[in-house]
Amino acid sequence: MDLVRSLVDAIRSALGTSAVMFALAGVGLNVMFGYTGLLNFGHVGSLLVGGYGVAITVNLGGPLWLGVLVGIAAAVVLGLIYGLPTLRLREDYLAIVTIAAAEILRLLTRSSALEPITRGVFGIQKFANAFYSLNPFPLGSYGIWRITWSANTLWAILVGWVVVGLSVLLVWALTRAPWGRVLKAIREDEDAARSLGKNVFGYKLQSLAIGGAIGSLAGIFFAVQTQSVNPDSFQPLFTFLAYAVVILGGPGRVLGPVVGSVLFWFLLSFTEAILRQATLAGFIPSWLLTAQEVAAVRWVLVGLGLILLMAFRPQGLFGSREETLIDAR
Amino acid sequence: MPTSEKGRISATRLGVFVLVVFAVVVGSEALGAASPLGGSSVVAQVSASFGGRLLNVTVDGLVVGLIIALTSVGLSLIFGVTGLINFAHGELVTFGAVVAWFLNSGSWGFRVALAIATPIAVVAGGLLGAGLEKGLFGPLRRRRVPNVSLIVTTIGLSLVIRHVILIWYGPQVHKYRDYAIEIARDYGPVSITDVKLAIIIISLLVLGIVGLFLTKTKLGTGMRAVADNRELAEASGIDVRKIILATWVGGAALAALGGVFQGIGFAGVSWDLGFKLLLLMFAAVILGGLGTAFGAMVGGILIGVSTQISSLWLSTEFKLVIAFAVLILVLMVRPQGILGRRERVG
Repeated sequence: MDLVRSLVDAIRSALGTSAVMFALAGVGLNVMFGYTGLLNFGHVGSLLVGGYGVAITVNLGGPLWLGVLVGIAAAVVLGLIYGLPTLRLREDYLAIVTIAAAEILRLLTRSSALEPITRGVFGIQKFANAFYSLNPFPLGSYGIWRITWSANTLWAILVGWVVVGLSVLLVWALTRAPWGRVLKAIREDEDAARSLGKNVFGYKLQSLAIGGAIGSLAGIFFAVQTQSVNPDSFQPLFTFLAYAVVILGGPGRVLGPVVGSVLFWFLLSFTEAILRQATLAGFIPSWLLTAQEVAAVRWVLVGLGLILLMAFRPQGLFGSREETLIDAR
Repeated sequence: MPTSEKGRISATRLGVFVLVVFAVVVGSEALGAASPLGGSSVVAQVSASFGGRLLNVTVDGLVVGLIIALTSVGLSLIFGVTGLINFAHGELVTFGAVVAWFLNSGSWGFRVALAIATPIAVVAGGLLGAGLEKGLFGPLRRRRVPNVSLIVTTIGLSLVIRHVILIWYGPQVHKYRDYAIEIARDYGPVSITDVKLAIIIISLLVLGIVGLFLTKTKLGTGMRAVADNRELAEASGIDVRKIILATWVGGAALAALGGVFQGIGFAGVSWDLGFKLLLLMFAAVILGGLGTAFGAMVGGILIGVSTQISSLWLSTEFKLVIAFAVLILVLMVRPQGILGRRERVG
C-alpha cells in the first residue's frame, strides 16, 4: 500500500476544486441553516441557476462578468421564490418544498422543451474562455512536493479560495452586526423575536436570498472551472453533502463550512484511496467489497458520520454547544 | 371518543372521493364506448379514441397511485405519531423490492416464487422499521434531540441504506424473474396486464384492511389518537411507545409491499427505486394532509392518476414537474391538505 500517495491525493482534494465549491455552498447554507435555522433542502437549486446563468448568458453572446451577475441575481430571485410561499409554514414543510423546487428546476433544465436554451441533457460547454485568458500562470504544473496542479486548475483554485475568503468576510460582517443577532434570535426562538417587533418573515427572506446568492457562487465556480454545466450535476445528493460539510465544521460558525469542506474532502479522498488500494491489493476480500464499490462506501460513511454527529455532537467539530441548540419548533 | 368521530368524517370524505373517481371513470368509459374499439392492445393504444386513451392512462395512473398510496401511509403516520419527516422512507421502499428480488432471482442459492417472496419482504421491511425505531429514532427522541437534527439524521440514514443497497444489489436494473414478460389483455376499452390488475386488486384490499385497522381496532385508533394529540392520548392511558413502534413496523411493511409492486409494475428493481418515489410520496402526503393515513391514500391516488393523465397532453418529462408543482401549490393554498384539519402550521 502506498500511504504517501493516498495522503497526496487527500491533500490535493482538500485544497482543490471540490473543496472550494463545497466551501462556497457551505458558507451560503450556513447563513440559512446555521444562523437562521432554515431547513433549505433545495440549496443545489441556487447552484444550478448560478451555473446556468453564466453558461446561458455567455452562450447568448454576453460577457462573462455579466453572466456571473445574472447567475447571482437568479439565485436571489430563487431564494425569494423558495421563501415567499413557505416561510410562514413550519420548517419541515420548507424542507419538502425546497427539495421539490430544486428537482423541478433540474427536470426543466434537462427537458427537451427548454433544449434551445439549456441544451437539455447535453448541457453547455466551453463558455469560460474569458476567465482562462486572464490566467497569469504560463502552461505547466505547479505545486509543492507531489501536490501539484495544472496552470489552469491552479488559477481557478486561487480565484476560488479568494472568493471563499470574501464571502466569509461578508458573512462575518453581517452576522456580527445587529442583523446577524436577529437571525440567531429567530433560530433560537422565533416567537420571542417576533414579540420584540422584529419582522421575522422579512429576515428569513433576506437570509434565504443572501444564502442563495453565496450558494450560486459555488455553481458559478463549478461551471467556470469545468467549462461545462449539465443538469444532472445538480442532484439532491449535493445538498445533503453540503449539509454534512456545514455540520462537520459547526453550524453557526463563520469559518465552520470552510474548515468542514477541507476536512470533509480530506477524509473522503483519504478513505477512498486507502479502501481502493486495500481492495486492489486483496486486503479486503472481493466478496465483501470490490474496487468499483468503494465510491458507494464513501457515501455510507458520510451518512454514518451525519447520524453520529447529529446524535452526539450536533454543534459539529468546532461549534459551541450553546450556540447551536437548533430547535425552530 | 373524538377520534372515532374524526374517523367517520374521514370515511365520508373518502366516500365522496371514491364517488367522484367512479363518476369520472364511468363518464370516460361512456366516451370511450362511443367509438368501438377492437383488435390487440397495441392497435387499441394507437387508434383509440380520446376517451379510450383517457381510460387507459387513468387505469395506469391508478396503479401508480395505489403504489404511492401504499408507501405514503407509513410516511404520513410516522409523521403523525412522532412529528418526524422521514427522508429515508424511500429506502424502506427499495429495501422491500430488493429483498423480494434476491429471494425470487435465486442468487442466494434458492428460488422462491414472487407470491411467497413478497410477504417475506414485507415482514423483513417491518423488522427493519422496528429496528430503526428501537435502535435509532426511539433513543434519539428520548434524548430530546431537536426536530431539525432528527430530519438531518434521516438524511444520513437515507444515504447509508441507499448505498448499502447499492453495494449489496449493484447498480443494474433487474426485472423480477416471475414477471419479466407480460402481455396485456383487453377488458372492453381497457387493456392491462394480469399482474398490474393483481396489483390494483391487492393494493385496494390492503388499503381497505389498513382503513379498517385504523378505525376498528384498538391499536389502530390508538395510532390515530396519538397522531391527533400525543399528550392527550398519553394522559388517557395509551402506551405511546408501543403505538410508535407499531406505526414504524406497519409503515415500513407497507412501504416494502409498495416497493415490490413498483418493481413489478414499472421499470424493474433498482437501488434508487424508492428515492425516486420519495418526492411523489411527499406530494401525496401533503396533498392529502400530513399526518393522516386516509389523506395519504387519497393523495397518492390523486397524484398517480393526475400525473399519468397529464401525459396525454404533456411530454412525459413533465410528469414529475407536475406532481411537484401540485405539491407546492397545495402548500400555498391549503397547507393542511384535503383531509387534514385546519390548524396553525406556521
